[in-house]
Amino acid sequence: MGKTLSEKVWDEHVVRSAAGEPDLLFIDLHLLHEVTSPQAFDGLRLANRVVRRPDLILATEDHNVPTLDWDKPIADPVSRTQVETLRKNAADFGVRLHPLGDIEQGIVHVVGPQLGLTQPGMTIVCGDSHTSTHGAFGAIAFGIGTSEVEHVLATQTLTQARPKTMAVTVNGSLPEGVTAKDLVLTLIAHTGTGGGQGYIVEYRGQAIEELSMEGRMTVCNMSIEWGAKAGMIAPDQTTFDYIEGKPEAPKGADWDAAVAHWKTLRTDEDAVFDDEIVLDASTMTPFVTWGTNPGQGAPLGASVPSPDDFDEPNDKVATEKALQYMGLEAGTPLREVKVDTVFVGSCTNGRIEDLRLAASILEGRHVAADTRLLVVPGSVRVRLQAEAEGLDKVFIAAGAEWRGAGCSMCLGMNPDQLAPGERSASTSNRNFEGRQGKGGRTHLVSVPVAAATAVRGTLSSPADLAPLGG
Amino acid sequence: MDKFTTHTGVGVPLRRSNVDTDQIIPAVYLKRVTRTGFEDGLFAAWRNDPDFVLNHRTYATGSVLVAGPDFGTGSSREHAVWALQNYGFKVVISSRFADIFRGNSGKAGLVAAQVDEKVVQRLWDWLDDHPGGEITVDLESRTVRAGAGEDAIEDSFDIDDYTRWRLLEGLDDIGITLGHDGDIAAFEASRPSWKPVTL
Repeated sequence: MGKTLSEKVWDEHVVRSAAGEPDLLFIDLHLLHEVTSPQAFDGLRLANRVVRRPDLILATEDHNVPTLDWDKPIADPVSRTQVETLRKNAADFGVRLHPLGDIEQGIVHVVGPQLGLTQPGMTIVCGDSHTSTHGAFGAIAFGIGTSEVEHVLATQTLTQARPKTMAVTVNGSLPEGVTAKDLVLTLIAHTGTGGGQGYIVEYRGQAIEELSMEGRMTVCNMSIEWGAKAGMIAPDQTTFDYIEGKPEAPKGADWDAAVAHWKTLRTDEDAVFDDEIVLDASTMTPFVTWGTNPGQGAPLGASVPSPDDFDEPNDKVATEKALQYMGLEAGTPLREVKVDTVFVGSCTNGRIEDLRLAASILEGRHVAADTRLLVVPGSVRVRLQAEAEGLDKVFIAAGAEWRGAGCSMCLGMNPDQLAPGERSASTSNRNFEGRQGKGGRTHLVSVPVAAATAVRGTLSSPADLAPLGG
Repeated sequence: MDKFTTHTGVGVPLRRSNVDTDQIIPAVYLKRVTRTGFEDGLFAAWRNDPDFVLNHRTYATGSVLVAGPDFGTGSSREHAVWALQNYGFKVVISSRFADIFRGNSGKAGLVAAQVDEKVVQRLWDWLDDHPGGEITVDLESRTVRAGAGEDAIEDSFDIDDYTRWRLLEGLDDIGITLGHDGDIAAFEASRPSWKPVTL
């Protein structure tokens, strides 16, 4: 029997396998940031241990950094200590760090791919659940806790039980204006937040193949939101074209050897998945969340559901609590929900294609009165590219705030936060209670929906916008 | 890590599903660079509500949390496990745990005991009838027990063999892996030269 993509990559990284024990997996790339690493380095010091492979580690600062005044010392002393702790740890243990102010700084999951460090067939981990993003290249990539960060620092391996395999096959093509984000939000509403638990998922089918690398990253990024261990997409010409020429991509004969290997990273015809979900992309529409987990979503054209719409008692209670927290009435058309703040950014939708798409909708238009729009590039490189293309001018002319690179309003940790009761339409990945700031209310949306919502002040798609004059 | 064999403590019913790690500890509390002091952030938003279970004196010494399905979803922050431990919890019982949370618990020494959804419901009902009642979690026999007599509850829970063994022995995961140094070195020697490096 043949193997699936994930089984091939897994098997290539098994250092040690014994009955009754999890496999010991070698880790090709370990990404670090300031929030989940300090206790891991402390643990090494306490046990007099060293970092085994500093040459397989990359660190940057993203979660707890400001997106304004990034050239000045961080104002909050506790945040400053956390960032300075990473700098000290990187210096002490010889780890490559791209700190605030460095041209390669940015959200760790944007930085890895743009440097060309994220490549097919790798194992990639980070103390961050959205590490699943890197699976878009055909890598096994997943988030780990700080104890595991310490384990990888000391051993460059992880003990991991072999997950089950699942295929998500998305047939057909996405309609015009419907994005990778809508696809993955539709999927999560279908599966619930626990549907992928215990599985490495392979996304495949025509709609997936037709996505750009950035769209594929958006899909894989949100694998964790339906509980999957990791999400992967088989590498193809789109993948190779994206990597070729990147600073850390293989060169010359190494490139040829790498591509030859990468071409073998496809699920065999006779491989069997433990489970499969089949979706039809051609019926998908702009999709938004109404509740307090990413599975509580509906098409933009629908209305806020009622607890009575659900059969399971847990779902009824969860819906009731979500509507109460979100300040929504069952039956309200989603298009009538008024939004205070729109956030375009994050490791889900903060790359250059996202900013281009947002700018294409905002050009010649203006953000609605009483609505604020924050546009936050995922990395310094993305910011500079956007500025080279004049996108920043489009955003500023539309009345948006154009910021520096970082996780920003995705997680309510750095200065970019919602106020209690404030409602956002956000291109990020989590709508949990308080995720974007205590008491904040989040609707997860695609980039086009975010841009159109900023213009109209209520949840909208570009189709709802008046055509531009002339 | 301390050995864990069995624990008996006050059961705390958390009647919610999808308790994500942002609820367990919001991001704003993640700025410390230590493993201690996170109890203040535990369920920070919910604790503003005087009716929240942890605000009841009955549960002041609670150490066994009984929660709805999909506990610990979302962010990989191990701070969620530390916050529960710093507060005094030794065990979380749920019918389904998110993978990363379950892994973090095993590494940090918090027992994530997975039971059938019906067992969670029975424990919740039992705790309603016996507020402040104690639940015993026996890792050796993989059983949860509560009460005595007619309404006593005894059922099994799932935890993987390897994690159970490590918790019972109180073993340091890194120490075990460093014992396989030869295997790691041999693997490293076999890696293709075109694999990327950062330095």
